[in-house]
Amino acid sequence: MNWAETTVQSLIETGIRLVTYVPDNMLVPLIAGFRADERMTVFSSTREEEAIGIACGAFLGGQRAVVMMQSSGFGNIPNALASLAVPYQIPVLMIITERGALGEYNSVQVPITRVIRPTLDALGIPHFTLDRADEVDFVTRRMASQCFNTQQPAALILSSLLTGGKQDR
Amino acid sequence: MSVQARFGGEVMNRLDLTKRLIALLTHDEAVVGGIGNSNFDLMGAGHRPQNFYMLGSMGMAVPIGLGVALAQPERRVFVLDGDGSLLMNLNCLPTVAQVAPRNLTIVVWDNSAYQITGVQQTPTAERTDLVAVAQGAGILNAEWAKAEEHFEQLVERSLTEDGPHFIGVRVDQAPGQARPERDPVILKDRFMRGLGVK
Repeated sequence: MNWAETTVQSLIETGIRLVTYVPDNMLVPLIAGFRADERMTVFSSTREEEAIGIACGAFLGGQRAVVMMQSSGFGNIPNALASLAVPYQIPVLMIITERGALGEYNSVQVPITRVIRPTLDALGIPHFTLDRADEVDFVTRRMASQCFNTQQPAALILSSLLTGGKQDR
Repeated sequence: MSVQARFGGEVMNRLDLTKRLIALLTHDEAVVGGIGNSNFDLMGAGHRPQNFYMLGSMGMAVPIGLGVALAQPERRVFVLDGDGSLLMNLNCLPTVAQVAPRNLTIVVWDNSAYQITGVQQTPTAERTDLVAVAQGAGILNAEWAKAEEHFEQLVERSLTEDGPHFIGVRVDQAPGQARPERDPVILKDRFMRGLGVK
């Protein structure tokens, strides 16, 4: 299995049943993989902050959810994390595909990517950057387990080393 | 033409209508109260274990309600939110229309003001018709409540007919007097136990 198939399988096996996302090229194989499983509810949100709210609501209703976004979309979610998911102790698992790093060609993608990890650290949200396919299964399962068992949000950041990243045309 | 003139109905009272709504709920329906006066009056109508009170995250009431509705497809879910809060995250309406949960009803208490921050005017005072916005987003069961009895009829319809539903209500600017507990973890825990998922 490739990294995307492994991610999808491990998250479904840890009980994730709802996926909402604001799309990114690097998310294409994940979106397709989740959509291919009939147990899953998969749909796009119009803004990442909304997706965090939906995932929080799903958990309150007894369903585990994952939110997927591009790194620039992280800039839309700090208040939903800081005033909803973190203080209410609602576990929301985030998958963030990283732009603004290795090989980036668009300078406006860079600053927000520098903000992601310090913001997550300041909010006390654990995060792990995946850059090797052979670590995906272990890290994804453990991060999901930590997130839902400790009732705190958590983030998986997918490096271009893992996904291939987006190349300039 | 102002929104009030187009609307043509009564200006009602949020606490009174919240009580009328709660009185119609007989199947442990979930109610998500948005930030500020929406959840003050939800508390004022009498706490129920199936109430969720949002203390921050302005604009997130509809997304939270959508998530609950998807996780609990056999339960009716009501979101009570203010015009200012909805305006902050209007993009949630097309998402609700696209996902089309048949068990979700959005009630907007429109007093045309950011009441809790000092009663500053919102765009609904003169221009923006939130029911028309909801219809334009694709929520076709969207209607202004013309009076108290009409509001009750719209709630009853949303309890029996497939949604999503959107009920707009023009309300006065009487501040809510009650306050929910300000312990978010307890609010979460009570709600989840009230839904039987914990």
